Amino acid sequence: MTLPPIITFRQVSKFYGHGEATIRALDRIDLSITAGEFVSIMGPSGSGKSTAMNIIGGLDVPTSGEYLFQGIPTSGFDRAQLTLLRRHMLGFVFQGFNLLARTSAVENVELPLIYRGMDHRERRKRAMVALEQVGLKGREGHTTQELSGGQQQRVAIARAIVADPAVLLADEPTGNLDTKTSTEIMELITRLNRDNGITVIMVTHEEDIAAYGKRLLRFVDGHLASDQVQVKEHDHVL
Amino acid sequence: MFFETAKLAWRAISRNMLRSFLTVLGVVIGVAAVIAMVTVGNGTTAKVQAELSRLGTNTLFVRPGQWGPGRASSEAKRFSDKDVLAIQEQVTGLRAVAPLNRGTATVIAGGANHSSSVIGTTNDYLIAQDWDLALGRPFLANEDRGSQAGCIIGETVRKELFGSANPVGQNIRVSNVACPVVGVLAVKGQSGMGDDQDDTVLMPLKLHQRRIGGTTTISSIILSAQDGVATTKVQSDVESLLRERRRIAIGREDDFSVNDMSQIAAAMTGTTVLLTGLLGAVAAVSLLVGGIGIMNIMLVSVTERTREIGIRLAIGALERQVLTQFLVEAVMLSIFGGVSGIVAGLALAYGVVSFLGVPFVASPTIILLAFAFSAAIGMVFGYFPARRAAQLNPIEALRHE
Repeated sequence: MTLPPIITFRQVSKFYGHGEATIRALDRIDLSITAGEFVSIMGPSGSGKSTAMNIIGGLDVPTSGEYLFQGIPTSGFDRAQLTLLRRHMLGFVFQGFNLLARTSAVENVELPLIYRGMDHRERRKRAMVALEQVGLKGREGHTTQELSGGQQQRVAIARAIVADPAVLLADEPTGNLDTKTSTEIMELITRLNRDNGITVIMVTHEEDIAAYGKRLLRFVDGHLASDQVQVKEHDHVL
Repeated sequence: MFFETAKLAWRAISRNMLRSFLTVLGVVIGVAAVIAMVTVGNGTTAKVQAELSRLGTNTLFVRPGQWGPGRASSEAKRFSDKDVLAIQEQVTGLRAVAPLNRGTATVIAGGANHSSSVIGTTNDYLIAQDWDLALGRPFLANEDRGSQAGCIIGETVRKELFGSANPVGQNIRVSNVACPVVGVLAVKGQSGMGDDQDDTVLMPLKLHQRRIGGTTTISSIILSAQDGVATTKVQSDVESLLRERRRIAIGREDDFSVNDMSQIAAAMTGTTVLLTGLLGAVAAVSLLVGGIGIMNIMLVSVTERTREIGIRLAIGALERQVLTQFLVEAVMLSIFGGVSGIVAGLALAYGVVSFLGVPFVASPTIILLAFAFSAAIGMVFGYFPARRAAQLNPIEALRHE
């Protein structure tokens, strides 16, 4: 018996607006992603890639079609159930980092664990482990303002992985970073995918960043224009 | 989890300390006003009650007119010597019957002068008021008849006019009446209404009527019942006697009143109840305005922190958890106002009671009530902004600048 794919789209469509002004952000997409994959998603703005990410992340729901997570249909999920899906299965990394201001690195990382009701000591221990994994050991007391962009994104990644999610969703994770820092962040994400077995789904508009993925999806006008396995030219020895 | 929420709320409040303080000012003022008034009121009541228990309940006050708020007594007929005589002869169970005329006069001795309350009465006044003499003697019979002058002075008057010297045998002038001091009253201190009881000069009623009041009538009578005699019986006996003597037809209201201390206290409390009601209304309006202030600032806060709310929702905060967070913040804010108000109110009350010379009686009930009320204000007015925060769309909230 094989495990079902972790992410499955069956004829997923998303429309915005009504009547003549209806925008088809996603038009009957079929897609499946297996646990452990590293998928890059590219496409011009308005192609539907962000909508697809939002649906995968449980932040939005399809207008029609079915989104299954680990083989379980989510169409009947209410807001609270989608929240629990995010809480227990997904980790988010954003382009703008989205850390809490005037809050220390370790407290930012602890945030998802607070909502799980974990006690203070266990929380702190796990947050420190996550910070060490992203190479920020010794910086846990620094507040968001005291960290560089690259460091802030590392804190955000630590926050995303602290609760051991099945899937890491990264929306333009290097969009606000310079080339050198981007490389460091991508190496970190690659390592998390390879060593920790976290499924990574990443939206980007930069070809060289997308090349880190083992599979590349291209969206055009709400359709999946191409879906290809990439040659591993970036298989560095890390 | 609760501790985390409380910590978060405190952080949000302390980040904008001045704004938070101004937000809750309405609550502070409302609560402070109530606490101050109730505490001062309690102090006054306690003082009156202490007075009551000292005087005993066997003392009756007879005055022309009706006692109570909104009742004019000045037009009612005053009492005569014969009324006093009739009470003494016809009402049984009395220990003392003290006629009383009261006024204010300048008292002079040597180079010193002092304005004091001057009371014309008899030795029965000392019995009715349980008042001992520190020095000298009570009035003699010929003084009582008015054929010879003699004054008993209170401690305050003695201090003002004679310093530490013994005044007995010395002459004083009470508003042009020469009068030798025959006795000094024991110290009594302040009364329940806050005036100095020792600031007084007693002289025989006859002398007071003739030389100070220029009258033959009596303004009030103090009665003291014997131990074991019911004051209610004495009260009704005196009432029927006076109705007869004043020729009041059956069915018409008394044009005089006979009250004991507790009835007088009750009449005074009547005014306090009115005042308390008025104050309660002011407090309610103030708390309402304060609550709206809290709601307003919480709405501003939700807008300011839209992105933060989006992050929390995205990483797994339930609606309920976000709602709780903002609700706790609003309640903490209003409790902060409530506690500040309680402290300010107690401080204000302390100042006022010290000034009035009444005891400081803080009521735990009203403090607890004020606390609960301010918490409820936060709960009610914080709910709407908190719900708005909880129901934000995470995608839009994350896009918010």
